[in-house]
Amino acid sequence: MTSPSLESFKSNPLGSETTIEDIYDAFEFLDDWEERYGYIIDLGKSLPEFPESERTEDNYVHGCQSQVWLIHKFDADTNKLYLMIDSDAIIVKGLAAIVLVTLNAKTPQEIIDLDVEAAFEKIDLMRHISPTRGNGLRAMLELIKKAAAENS
Amino acid sequence: MSAMTAQEIQEIALKARADFPILNQDVNGKPLVYLDSAASSQKPQQVIDAMTAYYHSDNANVHRGAHILGDRATAAFEGARDKVKSYLNAPAREQIIWTKGTTEAMNLVAHGLTPQIEAGDEIIVTRMEHHANIVPWQMLAERTGAVIKVWEINEHGELLMDQLDELLNPNTKLLCFTHVSNVLGTINPANEIIAKAKSVNALTVLDGAQATPHFAVDVQDLDCDFYAFSSHKIFGPTGIGVLYGKRDLLEAMPPYQGGGEMIERVSFEGTTYNQLPYKFEAGTPAIGEAVGLGTAIDYIQSLDREALDAHEAALMAHAIKLIETIPGMSMIGTAENKVPVMSFKIEGLHPSDIGMLLDQQGIGIRTGHHCAMPLMEKFGLPGCARASFAFYNTHEEVDQLFAALAKIQRMFA
Ligand SMILES: Cc1ncc(COP(=O)(O)O)c(C=O)c1O
Repeated sequence: MTSPSLESFKSNPLGSETTIEDIYDAFEFLDDWEERYGYIIDLGKSLPEFPESERTEDNYVHGCQSQVWLIHKFDADTNKLYLMIDSDAIIVKGLAAIVLVTLNAKTPQEIIDLDVEAAFEKIDLMRHISPTRGNGLRAMLELIKKAAAENS
Repeated sequence: MSAMTAQEIQEIALKARADFPILNQDVNGKPLVYLDSAASSQKPQQVIDAMTAYYHSDNANVHRGAHILGDRATAAFEGARDKVKSYLNAPAREQIIWTKGTTEAMNLVAHGLTPQIEAGDEIIVTRMEHHANIVPWQMLAERTGAVIKVWEINEHGELLMDQLDELLNPNTKLLCFTHVSNVLGTINPANEIIAKAKSVNALTVLDGAQATPHFAVDVQDLDCDFYAFSSHKIFGPTGIGVLYGKRDLLEAMPPYQGGGEMIERVSFEGTTYNQLPYKFEAGTPAIGEAVGLGTAIDYIQSLDREALDAHEAALMAHAIKLIETIPGMSMIGTAENKVPVMSFKIEGLHPSDIGMLLDQQGIGIRTGHHCAMPLMEKFGLPGCARASFAFYNTHEEVDQLFAALAKIQRMFA
């Protein structure tokens, strides 16, 4: 369903080169909200480019206050699911980067098995994925788990 | 206005603020600054106490118990209706219908008027409406073949009065408009609009959700056909609201839902309906909530509204003055006549980012489309941020908002 090449999906370092451990390490040195959010903003700014042509209704993640798009590609050779996410809000992009670090370039089984909530709790992100918040993290996670289930 | 000093006004406002226990807390390690009263207002201790006392001592079902608690509950419940009647200056208590809120009131009217609307009839709805005053009319139009006509606004967020003259014609059956806009804060010239609608015999339906929190409304002076508001925006509980309607129109409308309370007599040969207002109140109503709303009205009427209006206006003026301290910030909705609602955008910052980072600083605002997507479209925005003020807010809180916005801007620099 998605047009970007597998190569462009694979060039995303989040989840392959950068792991959740790196995020934990970084968070450890950030002690107030300003520094933490500053870091999330930086992550958002460094999110790999999302193809303009993929900002379509089909790829739109509903249920967010900001606009969010998500695409994925499954590579049968490596048995890994590759993801790209975009938003017009920087903090949402930063949160998306953390989602990618956790779930990008993983096997469908790894994605299904991963306890995202526990991983996020460590960096106090849980309150951002509570369903009452319209930032779309929960909606992103559901779509990714669904894509994993379809390819497992 | 009488010669009240700024100092006196602030003292009166601070005294009222002390009635709202929720405001006195820290969130995210900072003192809470609640600037989202247009979404839902906070409740004074008086309302909380009245509801507790009701459940503590008087609770029972209404209109049916053969016992003392049933009598007390009924008296409290119907007493609240009398309070709403006098609050709106309605001619009779039968014209005050309890609903869940403004949304349900609009749906009730749209349902009830269905038999009177025919294909080709026109329904005027303004560009600045909340979805609650758009979608029920779209659904009515779909059922009947009526046509929705959009009444546009200017760049300040004011209705184009000249356009109304063009829109009104003998086919116009309904004119649905908000008394005050939830995004722009604009106070629409309701008397003038209603008079124009009458010239073509169109019925008028007013959304009073954002007007009732800020000023007194007199439905007889307005001479509107329907008026709706929500308790939770006027310092009362959620789950209850009010529809006022002209008696002959309410009499002519079919019931909205069927069930208990709304009937006079039920048999399988045929059922006859109860009188107003009960015809529209199927099932056990929100009794405790009605008691809370009645107390909220008592509370509002006990306040020095003149002083608190002056305070709200001063908060708004203070905020407007500070806008220029934030480069790229502009207010959406610059009508001459408006309630203290400040919707805004800041160049280079997404409203959702602004909202999340204000929250981190203890400041609660609303971000998004504010259930007014056609209005957002007009301003070319996917959404915006909105700070809304009530009399319990302070000048320090306005300063805190702008200091926090300046900080956010630095974080993105
Ligand atoms: C102008 C306006 N109309 C209608 C509503 C809907 O009110 P409720 O959700 O209480 O039914 C609101 C509430 O946000 C509003 O601001």
